[in-house]
Amino acid sequence: MIAELGHAALWLCAALAALQLFGGALAQRGAQAADVAALVRPAAMAQALLAGFAFCCLLWVFAITDLSVKLVATNSHSLKPMIFKLSGSWGNHEGSMLLWVAVMAMAGGLIALVEKRLPEKTMQATLAAQGFVALGFYAFLLLSSNPFERLPVPAAEGQGLNPLLQDIGLAFHPPTLYFGYVGLSVAFSFAVGALVTRQVTPDFARAMRPWVLAAWVFLTLGITAGSYWAYYELGWGGYWFWDPVENASLLPWLAATALLHSASVLAARDALRTWTIMLGVVAFSMSMLGTFLVRSGLLTSVHAFAVDPERGTFILILLALYIGGALLLFALRAGHVREGERFQLTSREGALVFNNVMLSVILGVVLLGTMYPLLTEAFDVRVSVGPPYFNPFGAVFAIPMFLVMMVGPMLRWRRDSARRIQRPVLIIAVLVFVAAVLALILGDMSILALLGFAMAAGLAVASFMPLRGRKLARVPIATWGMVLAHFGIAVSLFGMASESAFTTERLAAVEQGGSVDVGGWTVTLAGVDPVAGPNWTAMEARLVAQRGESDPIIMTPQSRNFWAPQMQTTESALATRLDGQLYAVLGNQADDGRWQVRLWWKPFVTFIWYGGLLIALGGVLAIIGRVLEDLKRRSVRARADERRADRREQGYA
Amino acid sequence: MRWTLWVPLALFTFFLGLAGYQLTQPKDEFIPSTMVGKPLPEFSLEPMLEGAPGVSTADFQDGQPRLLNVWASWCLPCIAEAPHLDALKEEGAQIVGVAIRDTPENVARFLDQHGNPYSRIGSDPISAIQLEIGSSGVPETFVIDGAGIIRYQHIGDVRERDVPILLDQLEKAR
Amino acid sequence: MAFRVILASALCLVSLIIQPIGPAASPANAQDSLPPAPYAYQQLDNPAQEQAAMELMHSLRCLTCQSQSIADSDAPLAGDMRHQVRTRILAGEEPEVIRAWLVERYGDYVSYDPQISASTWPLFAVPLVLLLLAGIILFKRLGRRESQEHSDPGS
Repeated sequence: MIAELGHAALWLCAALAALQLFGGALAQRGAQAADVAALVRPAAMAQALLAGFAFCCLLWVFAITDLSVKLVATNSHSLKPMIFKLSGSWGNHEGSMLLWVAVMAMAGGLIALVEKRLPEKTMQATLAAQGFVALGFYAFLLLSSNPFERLPVPAAEGQGLNPLLQDIGLAFHPPTLYFGYVGLSVAFSFAVGALVTRQVTPDFARAMRPWVLAAWVFLTLGITAGSYWAYYELGWGGYWFWDPVENASLLPWLAATALLHSASVLAARDALRTWTIMLGVVAFSMSMLGTFLVRSGLLTSVHAFAVDPERGTFILILLALYIGGALLLFALRAGHVREGERFQLTSREGALVFNNVMLSVILGVVLLGTMYPLLTEAFDVRVSVGPPYFNPFGAVFAIPMFLVMMVGPMLRWRRDSARRIQRPVLIIAVLVFVAAVLALILGDMSILALLGFAMAAGLAVASFMPLRGRKLARVPIATWGMVLAHFGIAVSLFGMASESAFTTERLAAVEQGGSVDVGGWTVTLAGVDPVAGPNWTAMEARLVAQRGESDPIIMTPQSRNFWAPQMQTTESALATRLDGQLYAVLGNQADDGRWQVRLWWKPFVTFIWYGGLLIALGGVLAIIGRVLEDLKRRSVRARADERRADRREQGYA
Repeated sequence: MRWTLWVPLALFTFFLGLAGYQLTQPKDEFIPSTMVGKPLPEFSLEPMLEGAPGVSTADFQDGQPRLLNVWASWCLPCIAEAPHLDALKEEGAQIVGVAIRDTPENVARFLDQHGNPYSRIGSDPISAIQLEIGSSGVPETFVIDGAGIIRYQHIGDVRERDVPILLDQLEKAR
Repeated sequence: MAFRVILASALCLVSLIIQPIGPAASPANAQDSLPPAPYAYQQLDNPAQEQAAMELMHSLRCLTCQSQSIADSDAPLAGDMRHQVRTRILAGEEPEVIRAWLVERYGDYVSYDPQISASTWPLFAVPLVLLLLAGIILFKRLGRRESQEHSDPGS
């Protein structure tokens, strides 16, 4: 019954999305469609409620383990802990699509409810676009991936007890990315709406900005967590491999970063109109592209996913409709959007534009490198594109970007003189230079690591420069957000440079009681014992690690053998210190009884992910700051309206 | 109308075409050797079993085409292909085996159970020859002509339908 | 202080997100009983040589894995390839010679470092074109605006 209700709710949602689409489209025709047009906002809100309801239905059938529902029978089990029963509802293709569209519908409902700044026609076009996107997802769910499908005969028990998949990280990592994608879909709808009515205004940017920021925060968190997870799990100490799936998550992030900054220019200065629209379209297409690449299995990746070409086809069709449609609209309409305000190169806008261009070029390079093997395969040539390509080509564009990023926030809008900020720029330049020289003296490192240190040093100080000469208590929250996010980039860069330059690695075959030195640590193999888990057995090493005279610690890396499905995994052990991480992996036993041990001392490697968290935190502060400003502006406007109404009343009286 | 505004749509259409085309193509996970058409590199492998000779490049240069089968006793598809290798042998093919990362005991047991189609078996404990000839997995079967030139590569286990293909390739290499 | 608390709680959140599962897994059917090749898991004594070997190994693709370098894989063939790389470096071969040796056998697929060739030139040309394009756009827009502003300061 509950499953049928959920299914019915989905059909209603689809109908409402269609109403949104046609109502919003008719509204563009003029006054004679006012009746239908008036329905657009209520339709979006009703769709939000119903989609939320449908997702709750899915949660419910998973919670009670309704084995007559096919999705539950294949993905759940009555003996699972409740948290994994619930997370199992979105841990599969159908459920994840439902979660995505439900969150998207709720976002649509929210903008229908609260967004009053934009002209009504633009709003209706925006909601029409939102309905169009949602309609595609509903079609996908209802026609090819119905999550509520019943089995002819209920299963006796579910098939989803694989403890390998009962993982809290696996439960919450994908939704983080979906939330990011939803945020970008809202930005996309705003962009399409503004394009339809050609009302590309600062208000449009202000309405869009919190959604872009939120998407950006989620994507940042998702990438940070995913990177740490790969570092921890893959067992060789790498944190970023330029793997297609990793790139698929990085592409929307790059686009969102660019969009975020160009929207700021549009909001503050009414410049970069078409550019912002374009980025809105690009950012959403990158998230759809990522989904497509991951689910279709077109590109081989180390991160395993359930892959299905039929779903790939469906996503590709959606991609073609959404993005093709938006780009067609762009080609037809963008020429009619009035040119924005002008500015000079030495101005805040100038710096932001420069970095937007750099970000876009980096986006282009990553996209090209990721897709290129697919292109050559069409001609039966197989190539691999990896770190030796991405690292230098990324850096060539990233380093000018970092340099401009140090100076940009100090510049004034519209026009500024280089002389005004001469002194802080000089300080930063000296800092960058000194850091580079220090790094050169300190160690024999790659040019990229050296530049990384220099950029990190300059950026760390430069990111706080916008606070100089201001009363800290009166600095807007959004500015704090920017400062923190930029500082986070410096922290991350420092971690990467340090990892690259100073990591020490030891591979050794160690007998019991034997010890190995790595990066100031002495690690002794105290013993290796068998241990067992729910569906695995493992050999667990007891490593006693001591640094100088400090108290020794015990590390227990494992080499695990799962039996269903049969596979071998390594569980690394980490000892985190303020200045780095000791990373230990247990390998196999050799014939002579010695054990393979892999050890790394990675100075300041954790800064990579601390930086990611700082960036996300900066994003959160920026959202809070912007929303508070918007609320204040709204109440000021309301008070002004009230006063005007009062005066009018008195005048009449 | 500015033509530049159409560039994004054009690029996107190109991508759609490419992705759509690739979706219809079967996913090919095999990495073909680029040594086909080139002579076998110099190598010499110790015999795997007592009584059966080892393998070296010179063994392939007597004017007679041969099959070079890269296999291992620990590899499951190798069991599946064993009867078809026997069939090839019965058709007159000379099969030279290279056992990858294997031990004499395991190889002997495997041959007892699944038959021994090999005229020679070399031991390659560190995949050195496998890497030399551009093979990336077990089992793989190469056709080597009488001058010691690699003529054909079959990736994966030999199935029944592959037997005539391999015989044909051997004939061509003559 | 407050900052630290926020950071700590954010960290807790993330450590929640990133518990392990196992894609480091390798299918267990390749259960050869032989020990790995000598230099598969053993470093070269000379740090400079080991460094050169590591750099090369990070840019060679494991042939039996899904998109991993041979430096990041426990697959037996990856181990044997590492052995090849280290012994050849030890014998004094240049890294690029070793790469070329592998490329001759497996094609460009085995190397993560695409070299400019008939099949890869767009990888290098496109970023240049993008940069050129970006430069032209910036120059044209900003240049034009500045000159307009100079001629028409009132606007």
